Amino acid sequence: MRPQRIYTTEAIVLRVRRMGEADSVLTLLSADRGKFDAVARGVRKPTSRKAGHLEPLTHSTLLLAHGANLDIITQAHTLHAFLPMREDLRRLGGGLYAAELVDRFTVEREESFPIFRLLVETLGRLGEGEHVDLTLRYFEARLLQEAGFRPQLYQCVTCGEALQPVTNYFSVAGGGAVCPSCRPAGSGLPPVSVTLLKVLRLMLRAGYADVARLRLDESLMSELESLLRLAVHRQLEREPRSLQFLRELRRPYLAAAIPPDAAPVP
Amino acid sequence: MPESSSVAAAPVARLIDEFHKLPGIGPKSAQRLAYYVLRASSDEARALAEAILDVKERITFCSSCQNITDVDPCSICSSTTRDTSQICVVEEPLDILALERTRVFKGRYHVLHGVLSPLNGINAEDLKIRELIGRLGDGSVIEVIMAINPNAEGDVTTMYLERLIAPLGVKVSRLARGLPVGADLEFADEVTLTRALENRQPVG
Repeated sequence: MRPQRIYTTEAIVLRVRRMGEADSVLTLLSADRGKFDAVARGVRKPTSRKAGHLEPLTHSTLLLAHGANLDIITQAHTLHAFLPMREDLRRLGGGLYAAELVDRFTVEREESFPIFRLLVETLGRLGEGEHVDLTLRYFEARLLQEAGFRPQLYQCVTCGEALQPVTNYFSVAGGGAVCPSCRPAGSGLPPVSVTLLKVLRLMLRAGYADVARLRLDESLMSELESLLRLAVHRQLEREPRSLQFLRELRRPYLAAAIPPDAAPVP
Repeated sequence: MPESSSVAAAPVARLIDEFHKLPGIGPKSAQRLAYYVLRASSDEARALAEAILDVKERITFCSSCQNITDVDPCSICSSTTRDTSQICVVEEPLDILALERTRVFKGRYHVLHGVLSPLNGINAEDLKIRELIGRLGDGSVIEVIMAINPNAEGDVTTMYLERLIAPLGVKVSRLARGLPVGADLEFADEVTLTRALENRQPVG
C-alpha cells in the first residue's frame, strides 16, 4: 500500500517565517510527530482561511499533505488560541520565550509528547493568575527535565554523598548540586540555599498545582530564576533571543526607547 | 549563481548575476530579464539604469516620519492641510500607500521600519521608536493610531508602544480587528471572531 498522501496532526505553532509573496514557513511542535517545518500557502493575504489558525502560539488541528521538501498545510482549525495570554505584553512575551526554548531544546521529527503537553499547559497558565514568573520557572525546570537535563538535587555530583540540609552549591557543568566540602576553592559556583533546593526538588517532582501554592519571596524567586537560567544557557550555549525582550519589560519604564529630552518629567 | 553565467559573455553574465540577487528572482527569471535588457533599446536600458541610481542617490528618510522621500520633510509631513494631532504608526513605507488609498486618514504617519520580534532578536533600539517618542513631546499630538499588522509580532509591538506612549498623556488606539471583506465566517478563527463580536457595529 502506498503511504498516505495527507495526514492530520495537532500542533502548536512555534515560529513563523515569511516566504515569497504571501506564504509562510511554520515551525510546528506536533503532539505525535515532534517538531517539523511546514509551508502554509497564501496565509499573508487578508482573506486567507488559514491565517488566523496559524499564528504563533496557537494550538491547532492541521491537515497536511506530504510535499517534495516541506509538507504543506491544507487546512487548519484552532483548538486553543490562548486569548488571555495574548492580551498582556508580559504574558505574551513569556509565551514567545517558552516557544523559543521549546524550539531550541527539541530535535526535528523526534516525537516528544511530554514537551508538547508542557507547552500547551504553560501557554494556558500564562493567561491566568498572577504567577507569570513562577509559571516560566516551572516551565524551564520541567523542560530541562523532559529534554534529558534533569539536575541532580539529592546527591553531590562530585562525591556522591547525600546532600546535607546546609547551603550547598550548584555546578551547571557538573549537572547538579555540589556539597560544601567538594566545592573547588575560589570557584564562582552559585550557592543553593536549603529552601531553594526544596523548591527545585518540588518543581521536578510535583504537579504545577502544588508548586503554585508556594509563597516565594522576591529574593528566592530571583535566585531560582538565575539558577534555572544558568542551566538553560549551558544547554543552549547562548542566551535565548527573547530573553532580552523580557528583561526590558521588567524595567520600571522602558528607558531604552526614550530619548533623554523626551523623558516624562516625574 | 546561475549556471549559464559561465557560458554567457562576461557583461551578460554579470547582469544575470545582479538580477539573480533580487528578491523572488530565480536563475531562469534572471536570464530572461538580462536578455530582455540586451534586446531593449539603449534609451530603455539607460532609463532603467538611471531610475535605479536615482532612488539610491535622491531618496532619503524623512527626518520626521521616517518614510522614504526625495524631499525632507516629506510631502505628507510638510503638507499644511493635514491634521497634526494624529499620527498613524505603520510597519513599512508600503503600508502608507495602502492607507492613503482609502483617502480616509488625514493625519500624519510614522514608519517604524519593522516590528519587535523577540524570537528574531529585533528589539526596540532596532526600530524608529525613539523618533516616534520624540515627536510626541510638544503636546500637539492627541492620538497615536497603531496600524500594525494584526499578528503576534504586531501585537507585541502595539502593546509595547502603548505602554511607552500612554504615560505621555497621548491617546493610543489600534485599527479594529474583524472580518475582511469577502471572508467566510465558517473559516474565521476564534480570535478574529471574538474581536469582531466585541467591536460589532449597529446596522444602518
